[in-house]
Amino acid sequence: MDFLNALVALSNFVLIPAVAYGSQLALGALGVTLIYGILRFSNFAHGDTMAFGTMTVILFTWLFQSWGISLGPLPTALLAIPFGIAATAVLVLATDRVVYRFYRAQKAKPVVFVIVSIGVMFIYNGLTRFVLGADDQRFADGERFIINVREFRELTGLSEGLGIKTTQGITVITAVIVVAVLFWFLNSTRTGKSMRAYSDNEDLALLSGINPERVVMVTWLIVAALITVAGTLYGLDKSYKPFTYFQLLLPIFASAIVGGLGSPLGAIAGGFVIAFSEVGITYAWKKVLGYLLPESLEPSGLVQLLATEYKFAVSFIILVAVLLFRPTGLFRGKSV
Amino acid sequence: MNQPVRTISLFALVALLILMTGFLQSWDLALVILNMGLVSAVMSLGVNLQWGIAGLFNVGVMGFVALGGLAVVLTSVAPVGEAWAAGGFRAIGALVIGAGVIVATVKLWSRGVNRWLIAAWFVAGFVIYRLVRDPAVDAIEAVNPAGTGFLGGLGLPVILSWPVGGLLAAGAAWIIGKTALGLRSDYLAIATLGISEIIIAILKNEEWMSRGVKNVTGLPRPVPYEIDLQQDPGFIERAASWGLDPTTASTLYVKLGYSLLFAAVLVILLVLAQLALNSPWGRMMRAIRDNETSARAMGKNVTYRHLQVFVLGSAICGIAGAMMTTLDGLITPTSYQPLRYTFLIWVMVIVGGSGNNLGAVLGGFLIWFLWVQVETVGPQFMIWATSALPEGSAVKAHLLDSVQHMRLLTMGVVLLCVLRFSPRGLLPER
Repeated sequence: MDFLNALVALSNFVLIPAVAYGSQLALGALGVTLIYGILRFSNFAHGDTMAFGTMTVILFTWLFQSWGISLGPLPTALLAIPFGIAATAVLVLATDRVVYRFYRAQKAKPVVFVIVSIGVMFIYNGLTRFVLGADDQRFADGERFIINVREFRELTGLSEGLGIKTTQGITVITAVIVVAVLFWFLNSTRTGKSMRAYSDNEDLALLSGINPERVVMVTWLIVAALITVAGTLYGLDKSYKPFTYFQLLLPIFASAIVGGLGSPLGAIAGGFVIAFSEVGITYAWKKVLGYLLPESLEPSGLVQLLATEYKFAVSFIILVAVLLFRPTGLFRGKSV
Repeated sequence: MNQPVRTISLFALVALLILMTGFLQSWDLALVILNMGLVSAVMSLGVNLQWGIAGLFNVGVMGFVALGGLAVVLTSVAPVGEAWAAGGFRAIGALVIGAGVIVATVKLWSRGVNRWLIAAWFVAGFVIYRLVRDPAVDAIEAVNPAGTGFLGGLGLPVILSWPVGGLLAAGAAWIIGKTALGLRSDYLAIATLGISEIIIAILKNEEWMSRGVKNVTGLPRPVPYEIDLQQDPGFIERAASWGLDPTTASTLYVKLGYSLLFAAVLVILLVLAQLALNSPWGRMMRAIRDNETSARAMGKNVTYRHLQVFVLGSAICGIAGAMMTTLDGLITPTSYQPLRYTFLIWVMVIVGGSGNNLGAVLGGFLIWFLWVQVETVGPQFMIWATSALPEGSAVKAHLLDSVQHMRLLTMGVVLLCVLRFSPRGLLPER
């Protein structure tokens, strides 16, 4: 019984949140990795693109809610995602046309692109705050829980409860669908193959008649979709705040680098590695250990390795460790 | 226009802008802009040393600035005797143990000891560290939590905290440089961004050190207090002879005092930076920046030089951070935001002209002026722009409310325009 209780507590506080968070990070990291693979720079504006996408989704959600449209038990935001993606796609394509294309034509060094993306970051940042403000916004509606803590307790008779939020379920399902579609696209369609070819060897791809501008455009479209979905899921699960999204840049980059920049599979693995370590290291293990250990060994403190506020330190330490010992990442990404 | 003329005329423009602020708005605002402009110029001098001269992409400026702020607390605040008695030495001991564990781990690693053994040693060391630290920290934070709850500083004159800030930042930069400098430019960027966030997290959480988010207010000042001046009959008399009332005169006097101190620091650092830039050392650094491989082939120790310049640049940022906290008179860890203290400094360096010390200083003043003025002029502009909209319309109210976010947008546009049309900045490197 104690073992079951420990297992339930572990799932409730570590496994389920980490799986949801990991899926969100993985989607974000896929975007970073695609941009790195195709456009060959680290996009510092990624977190703010995410904020922009989520912001448009929120605005559409409010519009639908005012029209009385809802998805019943599911959050209305799901219905607004396609519109958010469209708006974000317009934004990133316009940015590419006005800003990045100039430097691409010049064959500028990657670090120039990074600095340019810092300028873009400022603009997006101002834009999102200008439209929706810098405050917290909650936009989740519909059913809150798939499994309620109290009902679970009554059903099983365990003293620990297990709660699964609707948003956590949706996050995982959506992430699986999105990733499946993405991999199908990259591996099976003509455009996807040309993207991979372009990422592997630019010159060879150009020689075989691949249109680079088209590849870049498709990349931005995919990135817009990924980032809007990731941002909306994160916002549904926690809440939307532009500054938090900006800060997500760090774990997202860490995921992409840990997995190996340029490797989509690595981005997903990296997302989960970062999420599990972040949640695991900042979780107070007292409860779980209390069930597992005999009474005499029961810990007196919280057994929390690091305070929750140090979660950035976790992704950072993993990042540095990977960079020092395996610079190409877990999945052998590229290192230009 | 040749370079010296261009330099002089652009600096004259900055002086004119600040004087115009004084005449058109208020002298108080002009001095506020001047003071923070001086601090910003020091910061961008530091970043310019790293990026402009050595080509190191450091986006962790905020962390070093914050360490400078911490130095002010640690140096100038009077020590809290009770807290020291409660657990001060134990807390310091814990820090020593923690540092010892890390050093020993690194040493063991470089000797090639079994990895699992090292991991076990590290975990054991961490547990010991926490066992020593936690009771001490609880005891310190329990001492009058509303008033102090921290160890306090050394009670030394606040001016001393500026070099201490530089040293603190230099120490941190040495550790960071040792681990992260071998990385590619954009990896280094992510790594430094992460470290700056960690430094801020430490400042927010380690209440026993600097009160964390409870802030430390009323830091000592290197200049007299306005209240004292206003009660000094000699000062009132002099104020009257300038035709000013004592209140205005005292605020201006205090701000001018800061300006002179900051200007002295800036001039010293600028002279040193110029001498360094034009010395064989400066030529070597630029050679490394322009072609690392060939510099290495010429027998230059690139790794060591990178570390050296990284530490120097960060130290300058630390000094600037200490100056800023002294000017504010308080430290608020939540106010450190990467956009303001890292990326804005980058905008300054790039707009001013990376690789040119004078350019970086100019960028510091110019961008800071813009940053402040967009906030003060922006609302007026918005009132004018929305005057066509009907009174009481929701759009108008929203636009007027969110005008403060205009400055982020403005900075982005400025940066992109400079990168596009004048990529080497206003004062290009020769």
